[in-house]
Amino acid sequence: MLAQSIFNGLVMGGVYALIAVGLTIIFGVMKVINFAQGECLMLGMYAAWALHRATGLSPYILIVPVMTVMFLIGQFIFSLVINPIVGRPPTDFVVVTMGLAFVLVSVIQLIFSPTYQTVVTTAKNITIRLGSVSLGTPRVIACGVMIAAVLAVRLFLKKTDVGRAMRATAENLEVAQMLGVNTRRNFALAFALGVTMAGLSGLLLTPIYYVFPNVGMPFKTISMVIVVLGGLGSIGGAVLGGLIAGVVEAVLGAYISPDLAPAGIFLILILVLAFRPEGMFGKGARKA
Amino acid sequence: MLKMTDINAGYGDLQVLFNVSLHVDEGECVTLVGANGAGKTTLLRIISGLMHIKSGEMTWYGKNLLAMHASRRADLGIAHIPQGRGTLATLDVMDNLLMAGYCKRVRKRRMENIEKMFEMFPKLKERRKQIAGSLSGGEQQMLAIARALVMEPTLLVLDEPSLGLAPIVVEEVFETIGRIRDSGVSILLVEQNLSLALEAAHRGYVLETGVVAMEGKSEDLLSNENIKAAYMGI
Ligand SMILES: Nc1ncnc2c1ncn2[C@@H]1O[C@H](COP(=O)(O)OP(=O)(O)OP(=O)(O)O)[C@@H](O)[C@H]1O
Ligand SMILES: [Mg+2]
Repeated sequence: MLAQSIFNGLVMGGVYALIAVGLTIIFGVMKVINFAQGECLMLGMYAAWALHRATGLSPYILIVPVMTVMFLIGQFIFSLVINPIVGRPPTDFVVVTMGLAFVLVSVIQLIFSPTYQTVVTTAKNITIRLGSVSLGTPRVIACGVMIAAVLAVRLFLKKTDVGRAMRATAENLEVAQMLGVNTRRNFALAFALGVTMAGLSGLLLTPIYYVFPNVGMPFKTISMVIVVLGGLGSIGGAVLGGLIAGVVEAVLGAYISPDLAPAGIFLILILVLAFRPEGMFGKGARKA
Repeated sequence: MLKMTDINAGYGDLQVLFNVSLHVDEGECVTLVGANGAGKTTLLRIISGLMHIKSGEMTWYGKNLLAMHASRRADLGIAHIPQGRGTLATLDVMDNLLMAGYCKRVRKRRMENIEKMFEMFPKLKERRKQIAGSLSGGEQQMLAIARALVMEPTLLVLDEPSLGLAPIVVEEVFETIGRIRDSGVSILLVEQNLSLALEAAHRGYVLETGVVAMEGKSEDLLSNENIKAAYMGI
């Protein structure tokens, strides 16, 4: 029973981790939090659902098209509302992305109505058994895709010129510019990449969750907690934070009460911050 | 090749530079000296496009430089080592050097250039996998210079390279600057250490609270009684 909850938690934690990694990429490069990250997850769910309806294909086959759509949406949102406020105080960013969240929910509600939609996959009916533990296939796939996506992001940041330029931008905007880096374009790229990660998480959730306009809300809160827990800007921290949050939620939910699960995550956050104010992997205050 | 005319600039209501004019010719080593807060760093930041000006002109080989975004000036061959060195502390040494070859102008030759730097500074080769933030101050200055040289600069801009370094390391740094100058790269050098700077440079400008108080050949400035009294305590 405990093993079952821990596995359930790890698998759900994988999805949380992916959303949090998206937030972390944006924060790492731009030093701001995207308060519409949960709504971007919702967009990813709708993109997967709509493409699934139109083509009849399994959402897993639609990963690449949905990621592409999300990347383009990310670029579009950046040039429309984020680009004009680059360089302004962080509070502007909070207000604008919160407003963006409301707009996205309303637009989706107008187009698709507030009804709950479902995506049917054959994967949903298959469970994987590991000794006494049984896991739903969609959750295992979600976890696997998360690991692949995080590794791909790390490789991109470490080994490519663009990734290196993004790390340079994250550390020192002015030095990056003096080295010839178009930092504006890097901001756009980081933002779109973060949005894409959220969208991918959304797609992975479609076989197990209802699709509706406000679906992003709880994910938004939890992913922000995870990002702080992991240490703002650390990808490894976001992954570990996501897994911890997933396990805490599942164990508390199974043994005490599902209603208490979020409280447990916040309790962990408070404990971690009490002993390590910069988060598990944080490097402390960074120079802008 | 670089010409600044009647530059006025500042931060908000605070004006820092007043009608400053300055030029650097090809192959020339020019120094800009002055007390703390005179506006030296501000002037260099204008050259790199990190700061906007209130009025004045700045040209690069006759073309308007002010209209060009900061990130495009690396492709002209302007390499700027900012005050405090500007190495990317969270990246390793190799990544710092690779970033110098990010601009199109040198991208193809960057591995070649980095090899040359490793010959010039063997320490950097030993430390190439190390995070730049963990290097000593002197090593970081070497990395900053190496990074600038990978960019094959036409104009090298240095902001107080001797800051915070032991005298023996300062000597090393100035030897390197001398070699770069002799290789024909134009240099604009900001320094507090007036005698060292004037020995390295062909010409100099003295900036006093945002105004060019004096300019001329290094020898003339070195022997100027007012300068001796004000800056060298002689
Ligand atoms: N970001 C800023 N905002 C407001 N004022 C600034 C800023 N940067 C510099 N100043 C002011 O502009 C003036 C000139 O500063 P600057 O850094 O150009 O001097 P400097 O000659 O380089 O001095 P130092 O030798 O100490 O480096 C100073 O009075 C400083 O307080
Ligand atoms: Mg200065």
